[in-house]
Amino acid sequence: MTSPHAAVGTKPVREIGAPPAELNYLNVTHGIRSWLLTLDHKRIGVMYLVSTLSAFLLGGIFALLVRTEHLTAGKTIMGADFYNQSFTLHGAIMVFLFIIPSIPAAFGNFVLPIMLGAKDVAFPRLNLMSYYLWVTGALCAVISIATGGVDTGWTFYAPYSTSTSTSVIPMAMGVFILGFSSIFTGLNFIVTIHKLRPPGMTWFRMPLFLWAIYGTAILQVLATPVLGITVALLMVERAFGVGIFDPALGGDPVLFQHFFWFYSHPAVYIMILPAMGIISELVATFSHKHIFSYKFIAFSSIAIAILSFLVWGHHMFTSGQSALLGMIFSFITMLVAVPSAIKVFNWITTMYKGSVDLKTPMWYALIFIWVFSIGGLTGVFLGAMSIDVHLHDTYFVVAHFHYVMFGGTVMALLGGLHYWWPKMFGRMYNERISRVATTLVFIGFNLTFFTQFIMGSRGMPRRYFYYPEVYTPWHVASTIGSYIMASGFFLTAGYMIHSLFKGKKAPMNPWGGATLEWRCASPPPVENFATPPTVGDPYDFHQVEYDPESGSWRHKAIAT
Amino acid sequence: MTTAETAAAPPAASAHGHAHGEHSPHLAHHFDTPEQQFDSGKLGMWLFLATEVLLFGGLFCAYTVYRAMHPEIFHWGHQFLDVKLGGTNTIVLICSSLTMAWAVRCAQLGQTRNVIIGLVLTLMCACGFMGIKYVEYSHKIHMGLMWGTNFDPHLEHGAHSQGGAVAHAPAAAHPLEATPPAEVSTTKLPTSNPVTHPAKGETTVAAAAPATLVNEPATSATAKPGQPPHAETPVAGAKAASGAVVPATTAATDSRTTLADAGVAPVGLAPPGAQAHEVPRPKNAQIFFGIYFAMTGLHGFHVLAGMIAITWLLIRTKRGDFSPEYFTPVDLVGLYWHIVDLIWIFLFPLLYLID
Repeated sequence: MTSPHAAVGTKPVREIGAPPAELNYLNVTHGIRSWLLTLDHKRIGVMYLVSTLSAFLLGGIFALLVRTEHLTAGKTIMGADFYNQSFTLHGAIMVFLFIIPSIPAAFGNFVLPIMLGAKDVAFPRLNLMSYYLWVTGALCAVISIATGGVDTGWTFYAPYSTSTSTSVIPMAMGVFILGFSSIFTGLNFIVTIHKLRPPGMTWFRMPLFLWAIYGTAILQVLATPVLGITVALLMVERAFGVGIFDPALGGDPVLFQHFFWFYSHPAVYIMILPAMGIISELVATFSHKHIFSYKFIAFSSIAIAILSFLVWGHHMFTSGQSALLGMIFSFITMLVAVPSAIKVFNWITTMYKGSVDLKTPMWYALIFIWVFSIGGLTGVFLGAMSIDVHLHDTYFVVAHFHYVMFGGTVMALLGGLHYWWPKMFGRMYNERISRVATTLVFIGFNLTFFTQFIMGSRGMPRRYFYYPEVYTPWHVASTIGSYIMASGFFLTAGYMIHSLFKGKKAPMNPWGGATLEWRCASPPPVENFATPPTVGDPYDFHQVEYDPESGSWRHKAIAT
Repeated sequence: MTTAETAAAPPAASAHGHAHGEHSPHLAHHFDTPEQQFDSGKLGMWLFLATEVLLFGGLFCAYTVYRAMHPEIFHWGHQFLDVKLGGTNTIVLICSSLTMAWAVRCAQLGQTRNVIIGLVLTLMCACGFMGIKYVEYSHKIHMGLMWGTNFDPHLEHGAHSQGGAVAHAPAAAHPLEATPPAEVSTTKLPTSNPVTHPAKGETTVAAAAPATLVNEPATSATAKPGQPPHAETPVAGAKAASGAVVPATTAATDSRTTLADAGVAPVGLAPPGAQAHEVPRPKNAQIFFGIYFAMTGLHGFHVLAGMIAITWLLIRTKRGDFSPEYFTPVDLVGLYWHIVDLIWIFLFPLLYLID
C-alpha cells in the first residue's frame, strides 16, 4: 500500500528549470505490490493505460486477421467460422475492453483530479476496485476466447446468441463485469467533480475536458445498468432457458435489441465525448488562444449526453419498429448533429488567428476534426430512414462508425497520449519520428476506411466471409491501408517506450498549457499540490509565457 | 473487506480505512472536512441507487411489454402466486425498513446498543423474507411452474403430494372467486393434454414471419375444436421478430374479451360458467414465470447483498467504530436497504395483485 503522505511538502511546486522533485508518484514507493494495491489515481490511471492499450493490441490483431482474410474473395487464411469469431472478438474487445474505458479511465483518472486541483478522486478504493473489475472482465473475455470464442457479432443479438454453440456466457459475463467497472468509474468522477472542487474552481472555470468527462460519467452511470440487465438476461437465457428473448418460448428478440441499444447508443457517446474533451484542450493549448465560446462547448457536451438517450431506435430501422417511431428516432438523431457541429465550429474558430503550433498532439487534433467531420456527416446519411434501409448492414455502416470511433476516439486518445505523456512520465518523445508515425496513421486510416464507404454504398454487406470479386480491389486497398496504419501504431509504441528510457527530461509545462496539470511537476508528486493552487480561467494564455532558458512555459501565478 | 460489501456500499468502502490522524480518524486524506466526506459518500450512494433503479428498470420494461402484449398470460399466471405469503413478505420488509431507519437514527445519536438491536431486527426480517421466498420458490418448482424451457406444470401432482397444505393453490389465492378459473387449473388441467404439451398437434401459423421464429404453433387454438383460430394476418417485416408470439385468438364470443386491451384476446380465461373443458392455460404461459423468477430472483440477490452489508455494519458497530461524528456507513447501507424494500413494494402488486 502506498503511503500517500511521504512526498508531501518536499517540492510540490518547483521553480522552472530546477531539477525534478526527488519524489513523485512514480518513484515514491517501489515494488509490484505498491502498484497493484495503490490508491493513487495517477498510478491507477497508468495501469488502465497499459491495460487498455494491451486490449487495443489484441483487438487490432483480430482486425488485421479479418482484413487479411478479405484480400481474396474466397478463403485466404482462415475458415468461415474463425472469421465470424474474429470480427466478433475484434468488436467486443475494442468496444468493451478498449474504447469505453480508455479515455475516461486512463486519462480521466490521471488528469481529472489534477485539473480540478484535488488530491485524488472521491473514492480511491472504489477506483482501484473498478480497475480490478476491468481485469476480471478481461479475464472472462480471455476465457471465452479459450473456450471456443464468440461468433455473434459484438451486439449479441438474440435469438442467435441464445442458440449458437460458441462460448457466449463467459463473454457476456465479461461485459457485465466491465459494465460495473465503468459505472463505478463514472460514479467516482461525478462525485469528485461535485464535491472535491477546491475554492475558486467554479463550474465555469473547469477545463472543457472535465465537462466532457462529466457528461460521459452521467452516461456511464445511467446507461450501463441497462446493458448489465440485458446481458444478465442473455446469460440466464442460455444457462436456464428463461425465454424472455427466445421466440420459441414466447419471448421477443426485438426487445433484446431495444435493451441493447438503449445502452449501446449512449455508449457511442461514452466513447466520443471524452475524445471531444481532449480535442478542446489540444486546440486551445496549441493555438495559444482562448477557447472560442467556452460555454457552448461545455453545454454541447451535456446536450449530447442527454440526446444520446433518445436515439437508440436508429439502430433498428429495419428491425420492425413502426414508421412513426422510426421518424421520431430519425429526427432526434439529426438533432445530435447540432451540438456536435457546435464543437467543430468552435474548435476551428479557436484556431482562427491563433498562433497554431503544429506539434504531434495538434496533428492528431486536426486529424480528429477531419475524420470526425466525415464520420459525423455520414452519420446523417444513416440517420435518414430511407437511406438507412439501403445502407443498413453494409460496409458503409462499418466505415461510418470506424470514422467516428476509431478516427474520432482513437485519434483523440493518441493526441491526449502525446499531450500528457511528458506529464505522466516526465520524458519527451522524439517529435520528428512521431510525425512520421502520425502521417502513417492518417494515410493508413483513410485508405482503410474510405474504401469501405465506397464498397458499402455499392452493396458490400458487412460480416460476410465470401464476397463477389467485383469488390476485390477495394478490399485489397482497405487491407493495405490497415497494414500502413498498423505500422504507424507499432512505430508509435516503439518511440514512446524508447522515450521512457532515453527521452529528454520533460519540463513542467512543455506545451504552454494553462490548465492546472501544467502547474505541478512532471511527473506530479503524490498529492498533486501541496497547497490548493490559485484557480483562474483555464484558457487564459496571457498568463503563460515561454522561458527560452529552460525550454518550458511558466505560469505567472507560480512565477511570482 | 469483500468485494460484495464494497459493491453494496461503495462510498462507505472508501470512507473508512485510509485513516488520517489530523482531525477525525475516519477523515480520508483527500477530503478537507468530515462534512465534505459525508456529502461525497451520500452523493455516491444516491448515484449507485440510481443505477440500481435502472438495472431493475430493464426488467420492469420487459414486464410492461409482455403484459401489454399478453395480458392473458399474466392473468393466468398470477393465480399461482400466493397473495398471503407475498403480503406477509411485504409487511416483513416494511418492518425491516422501519428498524433500519431506527438504527440509523440511533447511530446519529450515538446509542450503540440500540443500533445493534435495530440492525439485528433488520437482519431477522431479511432472513424471514428469504425464508418465505424459499417456501414460495419451492412450491413453484415443485409444481413445475418455472421459466422457459423448464416450464412443465403438473398442478394436480403438486396438489397431491403437498396434501392439504397447498396454501398457494389458486382456490386459496382467490377465496372470493369461488370457481371456474380456480377449479379449472387445479382439477381439469391434466385433461387438456394438448395444451400441456404444446409440441403436439402442430399447425404452423401461416404468417409470413421468418421460419425460425414460427416454430411454435398456435396450440391453444387447435386444442379447442369448437373455436377455430382467427385468420392470422401475416405480420411480415414490420413485426417479424415477434411473429412467433402472435396470439391464437379465441372466439369473439368470449364474454371477457374486454380484458384484451392490447388487441389480444385472452386465451386462457374461461368465460364464467363455461365448461371446464375450455383451455385454462394460455399459450406461452412460461413467460410469466420467466419474468417472475427474473425479477424476484434479482431482488433476492439484492436482499442477500444487503444482509451481508448489515452483518458488516454489526461487526463494525460492536467494534465501536461509529459515533455521532461518524456514522456514514450506517446511513448509506440504510439508504441501500430502503431501495431494496421499495423495489419489492413495486414488485408485489405488479406480480401478485393482477386483476
